[in-house]
Amino acid sequence: MNNNLKKINIYAIYLGAFILILPLIAFFINAFSFRWFYPQVIPKELSLQAWVRLKLIPKPGQRTFDGFIELWASNPAVIKALLNSLSIGFLVTIVSIIIALPAARVLGLLNFRFKKLIIFIMVSPTILPPIAFVLGLNINFISWGFSGNYFGVCLVHLVPIMPYVVLTMTGIFANYNPDFEHQARTLGANKTKTFLLITLPAIAPGMVVAALFAFLVSWSQYLLTFLIGAGKVMTLPLLVFSTASSGNPALTAAISIIFIFPAILILFFTSKFVSGESGATSGFGKI
Amino acid sequence: MGGERLKIILSLTPPLLIIFTLFFGGIFYGFLQSLGYQPAIGKYELNFSAYYNVMFSERYAKLFWTGLGLNLWVSFASTFLAAVLALFGALAIRKTFFAKTICNFIYSLNLPMPHLVVAVGIIFVFSQSGLLARLASQIGLIASPGDFPVLVKDKYGFGIILAYIWKEAAFFFIILMSVLQSLGENFEELAQSLGANRWQRFRYVILPLVMPNLFSASIIVFAFSFGAYEVPALLGVIYPQMLPVMAFEFFLNPDLNARSEGMALSIIIAIIVMILVVLYFWLTQAKIRKD
Repeated sequence: MNNNLKKINIYAIYLGAFILILPLIAFFINAFSFRWFYPQVIPKELSLQAWVRLKLIPKPGQRTFDGFIELWASNPAVIKALLNSLSIGFLVTIVSIIIALPAARVLGLLNFRFKKLIIFIMVSPTILPPIAFVLGLNINFISWGFSGNYFGVCLVHLVPIMPYVVLTMTGIFANYNPDFEHQARTLGANKTKTFLLITLPAIAPGMVVAALFAFLVSWSQYLLTFLIGAGKVMTLPLLVFSTASSGNPALTAAISIIFIFPAILILFFTSKFVSGESGATSGFGKI
Repeated sequence: MGGERLKIILSLTPPLLIIFTLFFGGIFYGFLQSLGYQPAIGKYELNFSAYYNVMFSERYAKLFWTGLGLNLWVSFASTFLAAVLALFGALAIRKTFFAKTICNFIYSLNLPMPHLVVAVGIIFVFSQSGLLARLASQIGLIASPGDFPVLVKDKYGFGIILAYIWKEAAFFFIILMSVLQSLGENFEELAQSLGANRWQRFRYVILPLVMPNLFSASIIVFAFSFGAYEVPALLGVIYPQMLPVMAFEFFLNPDLNARSEGMALSIIIAIIVMILVVLYFWLTQAKIRKD
């Protein structure tokens, strides 16, 4: 490649990176400057007022350890939503892994009739939009008593998560050799021990990626939580949406930063595993 | 082997049960309601009047067809542009250069970002008092916020397209990077030694090699952007309105009769997505057979 072209190429990459990161810059400026008037590019003064208004940081003068504890113990809306999002995410992730594990093993290791059909059925929620099933399901959930509560929200989160977890773990088991298990069994290990000492270590890396991914899908779910939760189960995406619609940029930015923090963290830890071949990657497009 | 068969059935039942009762059950019940079956208000007879109302009645026809047009425009434009930008990005970033790791991370940064946050970010950057407008006014390109083009909450769906490009370009980028990595540079070097120029190497070597992955990623992105709610709800206008937003608003309407229309709309969205996916598989299969 000739040298000038190479330089243009590299500058184009830097420019692209700069443009891509603009929203993130805007989030931080908005969140840490309460009055960022047009046409300032850099705010005149930094302020924590958005965080104070959200009751995440105490007012000036009360910013001691006890001040923080006292404020957070008063259960502000953001903390409540954060705890809901976290607990729903953890619960749904664990349940989906437990349910998917045997199915993925069977799908990855064995060949049987209708296997393709079953995989097709399993992944169909990844193609059809959530709005196609959640409106009807909402009516069903109301009559079953699952609407407007925590349990119903967890249950509905399983729908978008299940396909990815099953798919990712099927991929793991497709490259897994069960002969080691037979060897362990012939050497006298019982089923539990074989699973804990042989199977689990072999599938653990892939399983962690599937779990992080499942968590992220649940974490970013808006429509399903809003409809099934019927406004009674507040999570972070709901809070972001309602604050953004009401139009206070500083508050929106502050909540958004809390909301995206785990996402970036997860990317950081999984970037090694995330590639085009992994079933989980296809799900990233849908968060 | 009866034992093995039992094992297969027992292992597959729990996830299938979830998919069947919640997903297909939801679609089925939504379909029933779209046909006018609403026991809650004493309606049991089945007909297609909700579909007719949505598509052809004087009240909704214009809203529906402009919405469908907007849907197709937004999904095609954002999928195509995101794929093209990601392809250029991935091709450019392969060579080593200063701060490559950081650039790589930034290019993938939007991958785990929820769509909702990306939409908010687009408002912060592209609205008339956003970061870009401020930068433009700082260097004297515009005099007042009104001079900056309306890119957010505009009737052409530019803001929605921008948000989807932001988000899905990262998705395409990751997929392309892994394909290009697994291919290595052997093919290109071979083509070069045979006298192919840059354009020829791109057109006849790289493009055919990445096309299958690019295509299947496109179908995921297209299907998603066609049926997603959050981004058009935050960045769209009341008219024209994308179909998922319209369906949701029908559904939330206190008038229970509008509920059938909302359900009908969501079923229409699902059917269109399904047709496009089938068409895609049919096309790719036909192409494979031809090759």
